[in-house]
Amino acid sequence: MPYQEEFLLRAYRSMRTIREFEERCIAEFMGGNVPGFVHASNGQEAIAVAACIDLSDSDIIGSTHRGHGHCIAKGCDIGGMMKEIMGRSTGLCKGKGGSMHIADIDKGMLGANAIVGGGPPLVNGAALASKTLGTKNVAISFNGDGSANQGTAMEAMNMAVVLQLPHVFIYENNGYAEGTAANYGLGCDSLTDRNAGFGMPAECVDGNDFFATYEAIKVATQRARDGGGPTSIEAKCVRFDGHFIGDPQLYRGKDEVKNARKNQDCLKIFRDRVIKEGWLKAAAMNAIDKEIKAEIEQAVADGLAAPHPDPATDLMSDVYCSY
Amino acid sequence: MTNNSNNAQVTGKTSIKTYRDAINDAIREEMRRDPTVIVLGEEVSGGAGCDGEDDAYGGVFGVTKGLMPEFGRERVIDTPISEAAIIGAAAGAANNGLRPIAELMFFDFIGVSFDQIFNQAAKFRYMFGGKSKTPMVIRGTVGGGWRAGAQHSSMLHSIVTHIAGLKVVMPSNAYDAKGLMVQAIRDDDPVIFLEHKVMYDNECEVPDEQYAIPFGEAAFPRQGKDVTIVAISNMVTHAIAAADLLAQEGISCDVIDPRTVSPMDDEAILESVEVTGRLVVVDEGNPRCGLASDIAGIVAEKGFHSLRAPIRTVTAPHTPVPFAPELEDAYLPNVDKVLAAVREVLGA
Ligand SMILES: Cc1ncc(C[n+]2csc(CCOP(=O)(O)OP(=O)(O)O)c2C)c(N)n1
Ligand SMILES: [Mg+2]
Repeated sequence: MPYQEEFLLRAYRSMRTIREFEERCIAEFMGGNVPGFVHASNGQEAIAVAACIDLSDSDIIGSTHRGHGHCIAKGCDIGGMMKEIMGRSTGLCKGKGGSMHIADIDKGMLGANAIVGGGPPLVNGAALASKTLGTKNVAISFNGDGSANQGTAMEAMNMAVVLQLPHVFIYENNGYAEGTAANYGLGCDSLTDRNAGFGMPAECVDGNDFFATYEAIKVATQRARDGGGPTSIEAKCVRFDGHFIGDPQLYRGKDEVKNARKNQDCLKIFRDRVIKEGWLKAAAMNAIDKEIKAEIEQAVADGLAAPHPDPATDLMSDVYCSY
Repeated sequence: MTNNSNNAQVTGKTSIKTYRDAINDAIREEMRRDPTVIVLGEEVSGGAGCDGEDDAYGGVFGVTKGLMPEFGRERVIDTPISEAAIIGAAAGAANNGLRPIAELMFFDFIGVSFDQIFNQAAKFRYMFGGKSKTPMVIRGTVGGGWRAGAQHSSMLHSIVTHIAGLKVVMPSNAYDAKGLMVQAIRDDDPVIFLEHKVMYDNECEVPDEQYAIPFGEAAFPRQGKDVTIVAISNMVTHAIAAADLLAQEGISCDVIDPRTVSPMDDEAILESVEVTGRLVVVDEGNPRCGLASDIAGIVAEKGFHSLRAPIRTVTAPHTPVPFAPELEDAYLPNVDKVLAAVREVLGA
């Protein structure tokens, strides 16, 4: 068996946690318990987990507006995340950040980012620190297909090549940037070919296939740790819900989502594969499903019971002035 | 709702319109009138290259909805997520015969495009000895109240107001939004047009016909003699509410809405303070180097002898915009804060 049972269970647990967390976020948002804008990552779980499963807390990731899955895969506490998304004072950022700004520096999670293309230059910095200090840590930026068209992303890729930084650029190509087709924005059919033009190894994988994605990223992170510089990995995937929760998604084809949920569900594909190969038993995964349901239920209950920030003390804290 | 802009000389047919639709009307009519007017930005139509419906968004706030079906994708252009290239293309096209309306969606995204705005578009006319004109509009939504967090809720109007060469427009109601957008499109300088995101559904009476409101002319939504309240954008809503409450106590407030902060109608403010001797400025921006401190500075410099009490400003604190509703509510100026400031300058 090419993978340890413990590894497979861990991967499945992490993916299932993200799925359950996101679906519950959608329900809680609809129920009025989550303020603001929320971008859910259900459907894209395999990529986050494939990228983060072998990382330690001192490896760094930078995320996007669609960042819950990256946080969970990197080991952020789901209770603290739920509280943050609900705007509570015991959330990961004391309720000051919200869904689009969750960060957990202790876990090597540099932050979700509400500015498209805001992340990759920062992740270059984390990679530069690793290279300069000789820590062998790897830095991974998660990017959307649409963000590839931002100057900051292109500058960061070029600089990572020039300085041979230990930075793995992961592009989650879910086919859309808001309501614009990925290929329309890219102006071509292959982001991977375009990124290869920067002078780094670039590979395109099926992001619905955990194993294919994992293997490609593993090679890239090892190369980065060994001083071999950056890599671009484009993972094709499907966004199961709207750009933001509540998006009417008029731009999507009829039955597109229904079919994707049926045929391109990374969790189903994982389950089918490990059962077919005889690597895991369905019962073991079902037991995990049950545990996670309870964990998320608890996270929501704790979130709803958590204290709200107090403007008298919290508005003017974490800032250097009092005016 | 009534028209907050008392300068309104409404003749001809009018309709009750939202702030959103008033801006849409202005753009649509100018596009019909002038084939050089184009719209570009992310999701200004939406659905580009997709299997589903065209014009799926019409801008994420629906302001440009319906323009693409009428004018086509050649004139209503969905762009990649590349703000520097969007603004640069608008500025370059403006130098070459078009009148582009570029949308930044959330004005916070000015960050990635700023060089094209302040070093390029803003400077051409003066730096090239008056030989170049840059008739472009940059639209963006500003402000808090949506729980949208630190990177989607900024005001940033003071930053662009600081830059020579840019005109800055901040309508507080649908009537002004339409007339100011028409002027912005017809204007030969780059105009920053800032729409407050909590106002899109606000309605008032709007003429059906096209009209332009000149820049640098304040509106006077309430007239009074005891205290001058200068407010801008959504803060005008709070200033009017405060003035109406104070009127019940016999305190009369002169509410001034400059409507454009670059150029700004300094005269209107100074004339009012000459009568009232008391000034409160309400601004959602940060307190330092901001619009409120700027207006206070103008009055301190040019209207000092009229003042009978220290000027009070009501602004957001010097922090990024917090996410949690309790914190964001405490962060934003509101009616109570305006009332307290007015009472303070009255010594009440
Ligand atoms: C600088 C900037 N421009 C525009 C936006 C608005 N916006 C938020 S997400 C998004 C689409 C991003 O698409 P993609 O990178 O493919 O990520 P996905 O949403 O598909 O995960 C846009 C245009 C933004 N947040 N920041
Ligand atoms: Mg995408």
